[in-house]
Amino acid sequence: MSAKRSPRRQFLKGGAALAGFAAGAISSPGKNLLAADASPADLHAYGQRSHFENDARIGSLAMWPIMPGARRDYGFRSPLQDSMGIITPAALHFIISHGHEPPDIDPREHRVMIHGMVNRPLIFTLDEIKRLPSVSRLHFLECHGNSAAAGPTGDPRKVVAATVQDTHGLTSCSVWTGVPLALLLNQAGVQKGASWIVAEGTEEGKHTKSIPLEKAMDDCLLAYGQNGEALRPEQGYPLRLLVPGWQGINNVKWLRRIYVVDQPYMGMMESTKYPSPRLDGKSRWFESEMGPKSVITRPSGGHQLGARGFYEITGLAWSGGGAIRRVEVSVDGGKTWKDAQLQQPLAAKAHTRFGFAWTWDGSETVLQSRCTDDQGHVQPTIAALAKFWGVGMDYFRLPATTADMGNFNAIQPWKVGRDGSVSNALLEA
Amino acid sequence: MRCSRHSFALAVLAVAACTAAFAQTANYGGVGRTPSKEEIQAWNDSIGPEGKELPQGSGTAKQGEEIFAGKCAACHGPGGEGSQLAPRLVGGRGALNTPTPSRTLANYWPFATTIYDYINRAMPPKQQGSLSASDVYALTAFILYKNEIITEGQAIDAKSLPQVKMPNRDGFIPDRLENIHSLKARGCDAGHCP
Repeated sequence: MSAKRSPRRQFLKGGAALAGFAAGAISSPGKNLLAADASPADLHAYGQRSHFENDARIGSLAMWPIMPGARRDYGFRSPLQDSMGIITPAALHFIISHGHEPPDIDPREHRVMIHGMVNRPLIFTLDEIKRLPSVSRLHFLECHGNSAAAGPTGDPRKVVAATVQDTHGLTSCSVWTGVPLALLLNQAGVQKGASWIVAEGTEEGKHTKSIPLEKAMDDCLLAYGQNGEALRPEQGYPLRLLVPGWQGINNVKWLRRIYVVDQPYMGMMESTKYPSPRLDGKSRWFESEMGPKSVITRPSGGHQLGARGFYEITGLAWSGGGAIRRVEVSVDGGKTWKDAQLQQPLAAKAHTRFGFAWTWDGSETVLQSRCTDDQGHVQPTIAALAKFWGVGMDYFRLPATTADMGNFNAIQPWKVGRDGSVSNALLEA
Repeated sequence: MRCSRHSFALAVLAVAACTAAFAQTANYGGVGRTPSKEEIQAWNDSIGPEGKELPQGSGTAKQGEEIFAGKCAACHGPGGEGSQLAPRLVGGRGALNTPTPSRTLANYWPFATTIYDYINRAMPPKQQGSLSASDVYALTAFILYKNEIITEGQAIDAKSLPQVKMPNRDGFIPDRLENIHSLKARGCDAGHCP
């Protein structure tokens, strides 16, 4: 590193010393540019979108109160109806925090500890994590309640006016940058007999999640970067766990601790809120992997077609089991299906964008997509899901406060009216 | 494959297989430090179903009642019946084999250790860490007693808490903890488990 002296660098050095940096860290020459050298009002210092653009998340972080009739919504949903390509801008990434506001964490103060059934417990500063070999990978994150639990319009499955933001807005996709968890676990030396890890966050309530060691050693990341910049506070700044392809709850934000153990630790969320009840009274728990899923994002619920003629149908497909191999589209209510065009890249456990050429002749019809992943798994119809779960279609019309079947990945039909209106037809068939 | 330095030195035949894994564990010198036992203890607030990490201390429902009135009742209701501000902690028992099962603590939660773990890490809001271990044991005892899971006089501590069997302990699939980790062995397929 060059030893160029400037007031800013001395300030940084002072700050580092104050924060108790024993280990060396590479300070970035660009840090604190805004504070030191530029006016916060300078729009070119950190870019803004055009004032003509107004895509926004919808929702609420509030878990309580649960007054009768109150909107029950656990998060902010991403506006998929206007999404382009496969990357979700960090500012539009869905948020679920179980009612907790993001903690305001000074990255110089943050530490993450690995301990438990390891030979060498370790504590890392964020700068130390950044000294380790990093990877950047495309991965989706999806809440296990996406398309199932209630949204701002009530239970979106049964609301004809629901948009794709209501029905599918709890999925997003980013380029995540970080260190493989396996690298850190190998540094610590996992002991024989260990079979799970428990990851813990820093927010109020310190959410914990148990994850099998096999998954932890496979493809999990300690991520500090999202789409080329530091994580946003609501995405876990300065450090989060990424558990590719698995239910969102595994991806512990504001990560402070990895505890290596020999059984699942049955934290409150994983043992009491996230199991899915069956009709026989038993509940499935730790379902973990998200199944193959796709949805047409344009045109979708709430869109209004103008004149008849050509429209590209476009949408997103993803699977926790791997990469998307095929997407088929039906424009005639499911009578016939044709292959859609898949856009590169076809990354594993990431959103894939598809397109399909369509000419609307002005008649009423139903548009839908179904995907197949590289394991050969095909996205199910809602009828197939009902059969698998042993429930009738009336099950999906129950109040969302009780019927909380997670990992809902059924094919989503959108009805196009003669007037060009587009609406949710999931329970219309 | 796990490769310690010891086995690496001895198992010459395994060199080829070990090299890749061993290379990952080497040469990140100076990155990270070893915490002291005290540091680990101070950070580790996870309580598993076996209760191995439970601290010293003890509490009864009677002691818990007083703490509950002062620290919990404002949101959870005087008798733990819940309010608009916080969920019900007492009651809600009933059949689970309906499309609208009651998922209350008494009717649904599988492990009593989770009650301790959650109170200790998350409660009361904005005052986490203000309860002593014995306070948390006492509150746990109070909630368990009010739900008729333990008797009024039963003390809850590191030894007795993991022994408390919650009414719905057998209500989950798979019920044996050692069978949970393998989605394949459980017959889970494409995001759905039987």
